[in-house]
Amino acid sequence: MNLVDTINKLDLDADWLGLREYRENTTYHVIRDKNPLTNETSIDHGLMVEVLKDGQFGYCGTSDLSFNGIQKAATNALDSAVKASKHSVFSFNDSVRPGSKGQYITPLELPFDTLSAGEINDILMKANEWLLIDDRIMSVSAMAMLVETTINYACSNGSDIQQKINIVGSDYSATAKNGNIIQTRTDGRSGNQMGLERFNQDLVREKCNKVSTQVLELIEADQCPTGTMSLVLAPDQMMLQIHESIGHPLEIDRILGDERNYAGWSFVGLEDFGKLKYGSDIMNITFDPTIENEMASYGFDDGGFKASKQHIIKDGILMRGLGALESQERSDIPAVANFRSCSWNRAPIDRMANLNLEPGNSSFDDIISSVEYGVYMETNRSWSIDDYRNKFQFGSEYGKLIENGKITKTLRDPNYRAITVPFWNSLAKVGNKETFEVHGTPNCGKGEPNQVIRVGHASPVCLFDDIQVFGGA
Amino acid sequence: MMKEYFFNMADKVINTLSNDEHLTLSINGEDSEFIRINNAKVRQLGTVTDATIGMELIKNSRKIEMSFTIQRDVDKDFKLIIDYLDIMRKNIQSLPEDPLCIIPEDHGSLDEEYTGDLLNTKDSVESLLPVMSGVDLIGIWASGDVFVGNANSAGQKNWFSTQTFSLDYSLINPLRKMVKETYAGTHWDQSDYENFVNLSKEKLLMLNEKSRKIEPGSYRTYIASAGVSDLIDMFSWGGVSENAIRKGRSSFIKMRESGESLSPCFSLKEDFSSGTVPRFNSNGEIADNELPLIINGALKNTLISTRTANEYKLSSNFASQGEYLRSPVMQEGNISEQDVLSELDTGVYLSNLHYLNWSDQLGGRVTGMTRYACFWVENGEIISPIDDMRFDDTIYNFFGNNLESVTDKLRLNPSVGTYGGRNLGGVHCPGIILKSFALTL
Repeated sequence: MNLVDTINKLDLDADWLGLREYRENTTYHVIRDKNPLTNETSIDHGLMVEVLKDGQFGYCGTSDLSFNGIQKAATNALDSAVKASKHSVFSFNDSVRPGSKGQYITPLELPFDTLSAGEINDILMKANEWLLIDDRIMSVSAMAMLVETTINYACSNGSDIQQKINIVGSDYSATAKNGNIIQTRTDGRSGNQMGLERFNQDLVREKCNKVSTQVLELIEADQCPTGTMSLVLAPDQMMLQIHESIGHPLEIDRILGDERNYAGWSFVGLEDFGKLKYGSDIMNITFDPTIENEMASYGFDDGGFKASKQHIIKDGILMRGLGALESQERSDIPAVANFRSCSWNRAPIDRMANLNLEPGNSSFDDIISSVEYGVYMETNRSWSIDDYRNKFQFGSEYGKLIENGKITKTLRDPNYRAITVPFWNSLAKVGNKETFEVHGTPNCGKGEPNQVIRVGHASPVCLFDDIQVFGGA
Repeated sequence: MMKEYFFNMADKVINTLSNDEHLTLSINGEDSEFIRINNAKVRQLGTVTDATIGMELIKNSRKIEMSFTIQRDVDKDFKLIIDYLDIMRKNIQSLPEDPLCIIPEDHGSLDEEYTGDLLNTKDSVESLLPVMSGVDLIGIWASGDVFVGNANSAGQKNWFSTQTFSLDYSLINPLRKMVKETYAGTHWDQSDYENFVNLSKEKLLMLNEKSRKIEPGSYRTYIASAGVSDLIDMFSWGGVSENAIRKGRSSFIKMRESGESLSPCFSLKEDFSSGTVPRFNSNGEIADNELPLIINGALKNTLISTRTANEYKLSSNFASQGEYLRSPVMQEGNISEQDVLSELDTGVYLSNLHYLNWSDQLGGRVTGMTRYACFWVENGEIISPIDDMRFDDTIYNFFGNNLESVTDKLRLNPSVGTYGGRNLGGVHCPGIILKSFALTL
């Protein structure tokens, strides 16, 4: 479908019109306990028509891709805009939908057609065998997720954008039992923009070995101690930490109150930008949709705004929010290109995309050797935070006790809780590039109507001082 | 119209199958209007026409699934289905055998169509907004048709469709204190709606007192029905699923293996008699109208899908594939809602909870936040709102040893979620009074 031609043919008395065609093929393969559980492909394909009239946007999501279907959807979108234009939260003009042209394509080594469904099942079946190394392992699972997204966007003031994004996710998990102690270890359920090189068998085997070895450690391990102590977080726990306690509170639409009935508000106010000492001096956070292979990299957001790297927090000071052009108009906070929707049937809103903690200069050994008493935690398993994004409690799958500068033993059920700004101001060391890892999750929920979207978070290992740490029930 | 479309399509597709192919076709869809409101004004609005057909093909003990958005054009969609079926036929040959796959059967068919009287979309903004004036109201209006159906090659056909609306909203005062409400139904009544919103405004006045900061600790606590429904929702996530229990990922393992039980005051069942959700699952299997799960604190049944039944040689109760609660009803108790404050005496009154998660799933420990209208109560009287607090406590405490009493009124907490489409149903539950509840931060 040529969206530019379609726009030119539509008959509509609108101030602006945009079409976004979205097609996404998602395939899941899961082998659990050596039985195939899932071999499923879903194809989501439709078109979002957005219309601006008298300062108000209206939308219509349709799966009828005929010209008549699009004309009808455009008329419906216009009707919505017209009926609400006297009751708008804000009166917009088309500057919030810039005319942009360009393409983005995920760089990848092995395209998705280089392995058949059967070959991927074979690898996952082998992964099950590599995970089942001990009679105490009661259940194992291996998962492959393949996503191909094509987004074509055009609008009446000149945008013509094509983006093709490939994402691969995987997980390998094992649950083991020792008496009444049951523990589960996973590979983190992460994903990246990439090709099927993720299923290199040596790599898969290495991941399975780590998972199965560590789950057996966990069922023999002591409970995580309770107390106020040093906390060292691995990048796959930092992913969640950044997401919940930096990403969400800095979304400008939250600060402006759009999310107060659902995801919540924010402890951050518009007056805090340029002033708030969010974290310690070694904290540097960037919005960076340009990192190759990170899950939410792209060339343009869903409003046609070209994506670029921006500092959000610099040397601990809050500099910029996570708001796109609509939010910039409403708040006067400079925008980033994060106006995103999960599909053709949802309107874009401010989302996180890639939000990363820049590497520092401490090696992993430097960090551990500086800790007198504390806990190191890997891989998130529990997360909860309040609607202003202050009081959080997170838990991890796998812990290690640190005593007198050395890792001494494995710990199960590690958890910690804190309040956002004091927590980030207790950031004592930031790992160097050697400790830096790029992670991503497909499961960020927000918006009304609800949308689940993919985000990327990259981080080094980090050390925090004087944190409340505790174990299981 | 969509029912006729779907069953005609299913007949045509099933006619193309060979004798060794088994197929289940399903459809999910909606025609919805959404209006997003901030500060009693329109932030975003529009309409969505969406429908997806799913296919599960079984051949030679192998299973493959595919789903796709349809255009609602019979010829185009039929061609798409046949093309995708060919892809499935090609791919299924390379897959490993699935000894647990479920060959479709004809369990009998259901046909439920509920017609509503909805607000016309052209009138929605002017009908909804005027009563919101003078208050900071934020929320989401969702209205329209929702339909679910399936048919299989053994001859079974199920259909469920309904017309519903909901305005899920919060009112906020200058102290940033909030009241949460949901006005939902199937037949629009303008004056009833306006009365409902006006009552919410009166509730907001109760939050004008400066809020009190309470210290972490254990408190006598009342949790209203909306908060209890969030706690019950946790049972759908590593709780009442038989598969999760067997695979070592359930908070109910203690009940199964260690003889733990909940309070005699706590009973829970699946009960489809309200007709708010389809009784058939995605395989077309039809659950009984009622299934007791926990009776007086004792685990009586779990949710068992046919796949789990095949795996562990059990009897299926035709749970959903994910073995989550579809129409939960918690049994009411004998405390009148009017007596809640006097029964609580001194402690914490929680109207809503927020962002729950297992902090130790196997131990049954849940963490989350208090949210919205929550109060400090002394000698049976509300003294002031409280600052938000984090809780971290186990189901074996708050639905177990520390559950003192249960209110006598069941309330429906409608499921207004819209991930992937508008949800149906909700949780019917009363409020609970706890001897102690752990607030930690």
